[in-house]
Amino acid sequence: MILPATSLVPGEASGPVFALSQPLSFWGGFDATSGRIIDRSHPQVGARLSAHVLLMTAGRGSSSGSSVLAEAIRLRTAPCAIVLLTRDAIVTVGAIVATELYRSSCPVVLARDSDWPALAAASRLVIIASNKAASLAVDPEG
Amino acid sequence: MSIVFADLDSDLLGGRHGPAAQFAMTLLVRFAEAVGASKFIDAEAAHIDGCLYHGQVSLDFVERVVELGGHVRIPTTLNVGSIDLIHPELFRGDADLRASGVRLMHAHEQLGCIPTFTCAPYQTMFRPRFGAQIAWAESNAIVFANSVIGARTNRYGDFVDLCCALTGRVPFYGLHVTENRRARILVEISAVPTEWLDATQTCVAVGYLIGRLCGERIPAIVGLPEASDDDLKALGAVAASAGAVGMFHAVGVTPEADTLHDAFQGSPPEDTIELGPDDLRGVIRCLSTVSDGAALTAVSLGTPHFSLDECARLVTLLSTGPPAKVDVYVSTSRDILHELTARGWVELIEAAGLTLVVDTCTYVTAVMRDLTGVVMTNSGKWAYYAPGNIGVEVAFGSLADCIASARAGQVVRAGP
Repeated sequence: MILPATSLVPGEASGPVFALSQPLSFWGGFDATSGRIIDRSHPQVGARLSAHVLLMTAGRGSSSGSSVLAEAIRLRTAPCAIVLLTRDAIVTVGAIVATELYRSSCPVVLARDSDWPALAAASRLVIIASNKAASLAVDPEG
Repeated sequence: MSIVFADLDSDLLGGRHGPAAQFAMTLLVRFAEAVGASKFIDAEAAHIDGCLYHGQVSLDFVERVVELGGHVRIPTTLNVGSIDLIHPELFRGDADLRASGVRLMHAHEQLGCIPTFTCAPYQTMFRPRFGAQIAWAESNAIVFANSVIGARTNRYGDFVDLCCALTGRVPFYGLHVTENRRARILVEISAVPTEWLDATQTCVAVGYLIGRLCGERIPAIVGLPEASDDDLKALGAVAASAGAVGMFHAVGVTPEADTLHDAFQGSPPEDTIELGPDDLRGVIRCLSTVSDGAALTAVSLGTPHFSLDECARLVTLLSTGPPAKVDVYVSTSRDILHELTARGWVELIEAAGLTLVVDTCTYVTAVMRDLTGVVMTNSGKWAYYAPGNIGVEVAFGSLADCIASARAGQVVRAGP
């Protein structure tokens, strides 16, 4: 199944899906060195996001989250791609800055509401995002 | 959704204003797409919160812009850095962090930013005018600019603030737009504790509660006692710490709220919150993690940076009484330090055993000598962040309480 999406930060990535059960503030909630969720009030605290396609229904927290995400992309501990259900400037800025500085891409795309159940149920996603458009391949074979 | 570009935007994107401005505008377009803005407008001024070292990426970003020959296109002030460049001996962190922190601050100066290094740029000569469209970072400064001055900024931060400065452009959305500045929530103060003689504690308590209860929805406060700019600064600072507040109205006090009708722009409130003396006392109690009588290791004042008026009140309190028994830090800007020097107040403050800190703040970097015990503060913002940031226990009190406690070596109340 291939689903269309809006491209916010271009790039290509594939990986296992990690769906956040609650919004996460990267600043104070995520450790760029280990790639893990460190917010003790978050139900998924301790989980490692590195190399996963991160599904977020909404962003949260201080704009310093952009620096934390960019630093994690630099350190290669970040998610390999981020799929959003609502536009989020903190994630977008962090990913675009890292792409510009380190040529180490972390595509960010905006999915359609109606596709969210299928995305959250997927075990693996392949993301192809150009400057203009993006597509999400759900559980591709092979 | 598509963005309509003015000629200047196209020129910036096309590189006609240099590669740094092109880099910045490209990033701003992505940001504008992410927040759903449909055009850019001119910004009159910017305030950058990029001088505090968050990791290698902080330095890489600014040094890239320096390499590209970048220069800010509008007057641009700087927020606090990691190091007090006037008193570098105060820094207690490791040498690498010091070197990176200093490099980051100097790189911003190379871009033509004004080295104010203060979280209270509204206390400098660069205070914006009413109605100015600006691109400010630093949560307390954003709230003050929108609420107390009536200038217009969104809650900008990391990277985006500098991009606005390098292009002179800002995406037109959110609090730049008149309609979005209307109040949504009515906050009615029925009465304040009679034992509170001035507005200071009321402002901190109300600020904390609107942060917790209003989120991003703009409140209009009715019944706030007569408050100084410094009280409103404290209110905004704690509101922006406890929640995502970018603006508040205080009816009859702030410039876009002469009347309740003005504050709500004629619409009805979506919610009403009533606050009474017990609610306010409860907040002030919960800002302290220890009881009165606890032994102190230090006192920290000046978050946000002390104004000249606050320094004057401090000097008055210090003019009688014994010196402090514990470390007392007073954070302010280098501009205000200059004023203090001219008035002969630096000697007076230091003779009383206090340490003046400029260019930075005691909860964001390693300045305080002893973090093992209880620190007292008159700042709701400091009380909110310091336990998590630097791992101290906190006692909250008025400026007079803080000075009395510093002299007693334990948490005491100054009394009326």
